[in-house]
Amino acid sequence: MELTLTPNIAAPDDFYAALLATHDGLTRAESEALNARLILILANHIGDHAVLSQALHAALPPPAKRAPT
Amino acid sequence: MTSIFDTPLYAYARHADQENKAPRRHPVVIVGAGPVGLALAVDLAQKGVETLVLDDNDKVSFGSRAICFSKRTLEIADRLNFGQTLIDKGVQWNLGKVFFDARKVYEFDLQAEAGHRMPAFINLQQYYFEIALVDRTRALQQNGAPLDLRGGSQVTSVIPKADHVTLEVNTPDGPYTLEADWLIACDGAASPVRHALGLDFVGRVFEDNFLIADVVMDADFPVERWFWFDPPFNKGQSALLHKQPDNVWRIDLQLGWDIDREAEKRPENVIPRLKAMLGNDINFQLEWVSIYTFQCRRMENFRHGRVIFAGDSAHQVSPFGARGANSGVQDADNLGWKLHAILGGTAPEALIDSYEDERIFAAEENIQNSTRSTDFITPKSPASQVFRDAVLTLAEQYSFAQPLVNSGRLSLPCCYHTSPLTTPDTMGGPKRSRPGAPCPDVLLSDGYLLQYLGNHFTLLCINTAAPNLGGDIDPFIKTLCLQTKDDPSGALQTRYLATARSAVYLIRPDQHIAARWPDFDRAAVHQAHRRALARKPETWS
Repeated sequence: MELTLTPNIAAPDDFYAALLATHDGLTRAESEALNARLILILANHIGDHAVLSQALHAALPPPAKRAPT
Repeated sequence: MTSIFDTPLYAYARHADQENKAPRRHPVVIVGAGPVGLALAVDLAQKGVETLVLDDNDKVSFGSRAICFSKRTLEIADRLNFGQTLIDKGVQWNLGKVFFDARKVYEFDLQAEAGHRMPAFINLQQYYFEIALVDRTRALQQNGAPLDLRGGSQVTSVIPKADHVTLEVNTPDGPYTLEADWLIACDGAASPVRHALGLDFVGRVFEDNFLIADVVMDADFPVERWFWFDPPFNKGQSALLHKQPDNVWRIDLQLGWDIDREAEKRPENVIPRLKAMLGNDINFQLEWVSIYTFQCRRMENFRHGRVIFAGDSAHQVSPFGARGANSGVQDADNLGWKLHAILGGTAPEALIDSYEDERIFAAEENIQNSTRSTDFITPKSPASQVFRDAVLTLAEQYSFAQPLVNSGRLSLPCCYHTSPLTTPDTMGGPKRSRPGAPCPDVLLSDGYLLQYLGNHFTLLCINTAAPNLGGDIDPFIKTLCLQTKDDPSGALQTRYLATARSAVYLIRPDQHIAARWPDFDRAAVHQAHRRALARKPETWS
């Protein structure tokens, strides 16, 4: 299976608002804990090792801009 | 009161070797009479190999130390004829409970599969394991086995030679010199033999201290393994409570890095910690207190010419998962039959290199597992702390998170499927009995399968006629024929055949599977047997 990196959420603004709403009123530490739980829940839903590996890789910071050669 | 571990069991006695002008040559000298050294000595003595064990002490180990012995270790002990002693004395347990803060977040049941002679685990103080081995040593000696155990004998120098090792042994009567065809260093994590050879032992250091306390108490805690993450009585740290025989309980408390180790060991500091954990109304006595730190590391090579390292001298893991003593006994199990074959002339010296291949593979597996457990139990970065706590919180609500909780992945035997001795699988039977795996046990009409295997090569023929191996295949292969129709439990079918109609298994003297086929093929058996002895594949000899 391949990781989906093209648009896949039907109502992106609704999802984004719902994501932020779950963090309403939380401290930074509480938000970090919530994010960790969310990642674990989603990872379990995906399950597939190859897709998870691709997702871990895709989430790394983008490589620094290379100087023109 | 004198504790078991204060009583000398093999006191120093002057030996004729000390009078010799020229050093006496021994086929096998083992340094260290702990669980690994003595298990190897008993295995070799059972096979008739002349063996000398040297130990600078004369007693069993001080304190309970290793307390959790796995099924595979018990099966090896059974092959060495002291397994029953262990299960008679040991405490069997199946249920583990995991707590986070003040709440139980989940429990696991190591439900034993039916049809195995040995339980998944027993808890037993290391000194009982060693006493059983000393008793077995004495029984072998009474039957005339060529096994010598010398206490008060400290190895002070090791000089490797091309085909032997010269060693100097210090005793209360002064030093003497010995030679060994093979020197096996089972002398623990601080291995004087390793130091004498100037060999490295590098790995990862964990900056943490753990208080270990064995307490004797009449308490009605159930016989379960209880593990706490961040409990109220040890905030920010971990704790473990586990039952041993004789009403002794093992308590393990994480203390952190910056502590005064000597002060923490004093009863006036230990007792309030234990009262906070157990409650004020519980009466207990301290039997043994120790503070330990640990590393996960191994030697780069386990064989250095005629010197071989086994157990903690070769590899060290964190205690989470019971992989120290258990893996050391499996080192001994792997080494015994190979030394026997080489000294008996049925295998070339190259066979010993497979010990290194197979047991480094096992050590890597153990180091990986115990490192991962340690990273979960003692998070060392903010991110790992956040994820660890997230897993524990979710485990209480949702079953999916429970497999992520890691309070120690309990020791399972290593499968040598990548070993050069193993013939690749062409049969496609059950994965658990693929070549390289240890044989799964089965309850037969007369005893258990594992009681018929080991000590020799065995050709296990299931639902197929016993081949007449004759003189052209090694006469040391025993044949065992079984029929699935004689096994109403169906375990022989599911563990060895799956959907196959019949099978032929070649099983090593350590009960690991060397090869398997759907039917008997004389030439294939012959080649697999040669391969399992590191003999060159060639024409019929």
